[in-house]
Amino acid sequence: MIQFLRDIGDSEFLVTGLVAGLLASVACGVIGPYVITRRIVFLSGAIAHMAVGGIGAAFFLRAMFPRVFGALQTIHGATLAALGGAVVIGLIHQRVAERMDTLIGALWSVGMAVGILLVKFTPGYPTELMSYLFGNIVFVSWDDVRLMALLDAVILGAVLVFHKRFLALCLDEEQAQLQGVDLLRTNIALLCVVALTVIVLTQVVGLILVIALLSLPAATAAHHVSRMGPLILASTGICAVLTTAPRMAAYGTAVTPEAAIVLAAAGLYLLSVLATRLRGRRGKD
Amino acid sequence: MSEPSPVVQIDRIFFAYPPPGAEWVLEDVSLTIGPRDFLGVIGPNGGGKTTLLRIILGLLEPQRGVVRVLGRAPREVRTRIGYVPQHARIDPGVPASVLDVVLTGRLARSSWGFRYGRGHVEAAMAALEQTEMAALAGRTMATLSGGQRQRVLIARALASDAELLLLDEPTAGVDPHMEQSLTDLLHRLNQRLPIVIVSHDVSFVSTHLQRVACLNRRLICHAAQEISREVIAEMYHAPIRVVRHEEACPLSDHGCRQGCSPEGTVLGAGASGSRARLGETLERQPPKQLDRKSLLSEGDRPLARDESPSDLGTAEGDGVRFGRGGQPGTP
Repeated sequence: MIQFLRDIGDSEFLVTGLVAGLLASVACGVIGPYVITRRIVFLSGAIAHMAVGGIGAAFFLRAMFPRVFGALQTIHGATLAALGGAVVIGLIHQRVAERMDTLIGALWSVGMAVGILLVKFTPGYPTELMSYLFGNIVFVSWDDVRLMALLDAVILGAVLVFHKRFLALCLDEEQAQLQGVDLLRTNIALLCVVALTVIVLTQVVGLILVIALLSLPAATAAHHVSRMGPLILASTGICAVLTTAPRMAAYGTAVTPEAAIVLAAAGLYLLSVLATRLRGRRGKD
Repeated sequence: MSEPSPVVQIDRIFFAYPPPGAEWVLEDVSLTIGPRDFLGVIGPNGGGKTTLLRIILGLLEPQRGVVRVLGRAPREVRTRIGYVPQHARIDPGVPASVLDVVLTGRLARSSWGFRYGRGHVEAAMAALEQTEMAALAGRTMATLSGGQRQRVLIARALASDAELLLLDEPTAGVDPHMEQSLTDLLHRLNQRLPIVIVSHDVSFVSTHLQRVACLNRRLICHAAQEISREVIAEMYHAPIRVVRHEEACPLSDHGCRQGCSPEGTVLGAGASGSRARLGETLERQPPKQLDRKSLLSEGDRPLARDESPSDLGTAEGDGVRFGRGGQPGTP
């Protein structure tokens, strides 16, 4: 930790990493509560993995058609694929009640498979794919930070506009429908916001660990507050601590920062469960 | 004589759940609900009660027949209908207070944005006052009892400034005191809007309501006082005690014309699984062997098992008459 603070003055990558972590906390703090309340953690995982297809496509197109797609970045491909995945999952969620989990699971793997295949056919070694999968907070660039800030702005704007509809959907779908909410469109809107959040989070912890950041901080906060507004604030706060403190603690050691973040999130959640249990027991005595 | 236009007009609808070709859940059902009606719908499990409500709400579309609510297709006016579902689908784990839940009843009238305006909060609080739940507005749903949750759902329906109120089993899990205050509340509300209650609770319906529709795939309307053992027995295929009351309950003059038939019809849906409500005897009895007098005087007599149950369900055309079932307009 002390080492981290000593080095931050001369090492720009430590600054970008910190800023990226804080931007990620905004996205996951705001969207995490909806994800756990609406019980779409699994759907979010599917969206994240379908994004790999987009990354593979970006690689492939850039290598094969450098003139047309030279400016295409992997994050663009990932974002487009995640949004497309959100729309597809939204349609399935609404139209196909039967075996929903099977279909989502299939999309999860198919997206991944397409991505791997496209990467395989692309010449060169896909470092970017690895950093997308496992996260690479050390190599976050200012460009990435700017994009994350933009995505954060879109996410916040969407929540400000849609919050009442999202909450009504979480509470009681049928009643929301009777209040004139278009279930299909609202669902897809929520999933698209989740897709953008996934993209922001993967910059910090990587795709494989994104589920932890999307669910654990919000679930931890939900132990202690019982309304949506405070829950969003609390889980943003918890995310901010989780994306910075473990990273600082792991600095200079052999521990990977991404894994430290996720393990800290799980540990905090566990502590919160124990605290809630203890409080409940004391309340009964 | 100028008639007020009906709030709900259902004309000969047929409805079956998929797959196509399945048995009708509702068959040739017609019903008219006027601006001051207070209608109870009773019937056995699977008789189509909730389905009928969901059709009025436009959540289901009948395969045949026409439904008009407030003069329009149900879908277009569903935000003007207050609906209290049978099972609260509210997940108690959702981070929302009672007030938040009631506020969703204002959603159709509110703008986009994070918060509900002050006017909406006031309307929601007023609705909570009416169901005696205002003191618990800050609590979460998880901390409430079943009866309290029911009252929150009713408040949510009231908060929407509904022009028609539909309640599915509102007295399930509600204690007698609350049942009474709920009834008083509904009667007060009925001064300004029509109400439809679906219920299993035959005694509740027959004690408090003017008009009762018996629904078991087909629908027949009665004045509540005509709900006799035989009517119930026919419908549930098992005798059930009915709390009778003597005061006159005038039928509203815009009754359920097409729905009412002067002749009783035995309702043919399979009633395996039907059960007597109030813990009454389950021995079957052929309805035609009881006349009205014996019903009134010996209504609670347990019935002998040997009164051939095979007669049951064959009473079509036996002329079980409902005193005032025949309304102008029926043949």
